[in-house]
Amino acid sequence: MTSETRGMGPADGQTAPERDADLPVPGLRSDLAKIADWVPKGARVLDLGCGDGSLLAWLAENKGCHGYGAEIAHDNLVTCLSRGVSVVQANIDEGLEIFSGSRFDIVILSQALQATHQTERILTEIAQLAREVIVSIPNFGHWSHLISLARGHMPVNRRLPYQWYDTPNLHFATTQDFEQLLARLQMTVLQKAYLRESTGQVHPVRWWPTLRSTLALYRFKASGSVSSEKALGVSSHHPHRRIT
Amino acid sequence: MAVVNPSTLSVGSVLAQEAEFSSPLRLVSGQEIGPYRLAYETYGRLNARADNAVLICHALNASHHVAGSRPDNPDDIGWWDNMIGPGKPVDTRQFFVIGVNNLGSCFGSTGPASLNPATGQPYGSDFPVVTVEDWVHAQALLADRLGIHRFAAVMGGSLGGMQAMQWAISYPSRVAHAVVIASTPRLSAQNIAFNEVARRAILNDPDFHGGHYYAHGVVPRHGLSVARMIGHITYLSDDDMAQKFGRSLRGANDYRFGFDVEFEIESYLRHQGEKFSGYFDANTYLRITRALDYFDPARSHGGDLAKALAPATAAFCLVSFTTDWRFPPERSREMVSALMQNNARLTYAEIDAPHGHDAFLMSDPRYHALISEYFRQVHRTLGRTDD
Repeated sequence: MTSETRGMGPADGQTAPERDADLPVPGLRSDLAKIADWVPKGARVLDLGCGDGSLLAWLAENKGCHGYGAEIAHDNLVTCLSRGVSVVQANIDEGLEIFSGSRFDIVILSQALQATHQTERILTEIAQLAREVIVSIPNFGHWSHLISLARGHMPVNRRLPYQWYDTPNLHFATTQDFEQLLARLQMTVLQKAYLRESTGQVHPVRWWPTLRSTLALYRFKASGSVSSEKALGVSSHHPHRRIT
Repeated sequence: MAVVNPSTLSVGSVLAQEAEFSSPLRLVSGQEIGPYRLAYETYGRLNARADNAVLICHALNASHHVAGSRPDNPDDIGWWDNMIGPGKPVDTRQFFVIGVNNLGSCFGSTGPASLNPATGQPYGSDFPVVTVEDWVHAQALLADRLGIHRFAAVMGGSLGGMQAMQWAISYPSRVAHAVVIASTPRLSAQNIAFNEVARRAILNDPDFHGGHYYAHGVVPRHGLSVARMIGHITYLSDDDMAQKFGRSLRGANDYRFGFDVEFEIESYLRHQGEKFSGYFDANTYLRITRALDYFDPARSHGGDLAKALAPATAAFCLVSFTTDWRFPPERSREMVSALMQNNARLTYAEIDAPHGHDAFLMSDPRYHALISEYFRQVHRTLGRTDD
């Protein structure tokens, strides 16, 4: 997974300039802001494929969250460090054993799943690590992709900037496909959002989501997990140690 | 984040200092050592708040001479000179850096070759077995002497990393950051096995004389040389060795059907062994390898490393190297897992470098960029009291 781009590619050119931790936490890319909405205050968060750490930095600053990012790219690691984000260099495709001793309130996997080899195993494993999981996936069923295919070519555009022979994206799914997989893995979907990315913003898609959304967000948990809305009312039962 | 060319800037010529301690140090073994002396060097300036001190802990064969050169020998460059100095990852324009020679060593601190005040003879095998905890204890007493209550960071590679870890456990309020590089929370059976072979080579050398070789005017040179050769093999990666030496023959185009040096790698190892046995003390080698074997903070917590690390309040920076088979990334990941269970702040990097265990001494640009940025953050937060 090339997490510099979180697999899918930059979301509409929203590449924030590199910032120092002593500067204010930058505004969030709009799809990450949507994820941040779903994270309860004070939650213990694991962000797998955390990129430059902007989501974790924002959650720490604005919601009192604490936790860790996992990232494969060295440059992102250094940026996380300068943002004051705790980060572990790891390839999540090689297993999540390094995290297995810890329990999190929320595990986030933002636009990274499509670039993993062991997609099914990762979904199952991350559901064991946390009360709830938030996953965002690009929707390969978007109408523009269908037009490309109808013209005889794999889609290449702003959101899918890669040629078929050098794409980090290994698993192409539509929103319906992904929902079927969640059902088969006996995940309980708690919340979902279909989104359309346009000029750096995301807009909700209310009808024909499989055709019209470019991105979908899911909040789910393993069935039988004790997690519930109420259980997630947790605040800092693990006070996070601040850097000094 | 720019990495300065390590050859251009240096702390310059540095005079080693000595601190004498008259009260004996009580050791983990139950024995005592004292009076004793610790040799150390410092670089940079301690600020008015005395909160910018960084302690550098050395590994098996190194010393307090971490950076710069010696006044009497400009070519004797410190062992971590590429890491520590003005404009280097640990920037001596910002930090007051201390290198200390550990107790039991042979570079100026009291060790087996020092005179035992009780006998007037070198300690030899009467010098007690010291542990990582003992070293850290002695370093803390030196810090008291230097007026440092709390280190901005304690840092080390390999065995030095164990000391940084032990500092965070033993003196949580005295360490803001622990920088643990190419280290491990305990030796594996294989690691201990290599150490044991090295020790047997020394102990079985006819010149060892039960550790009292000083009185005989000899040193167990052959044993120590073999010990170093064994150690050296574990510091390099298979790929690195293949690339540097391969199967190249030394000074011949064909086999000579004998047991003298045939291959380049043999020549290299012999050279390393002979050089080392000329300046290192065999009794020190025995003790330091034993300290490595014994280090296992989880042992007194039923093997639970998270529990062992529970007292630590420091933020951690851990680095491992993909080709390090002596202390491989898996060992660092165990520390990371334990620290995550404890909610410790941490940064963990796995550097894809070809040099094996020795990579921690090299100046890989990604490695140095990370350490530079880490210390930039450490410096930025100096003076803050919200622990």
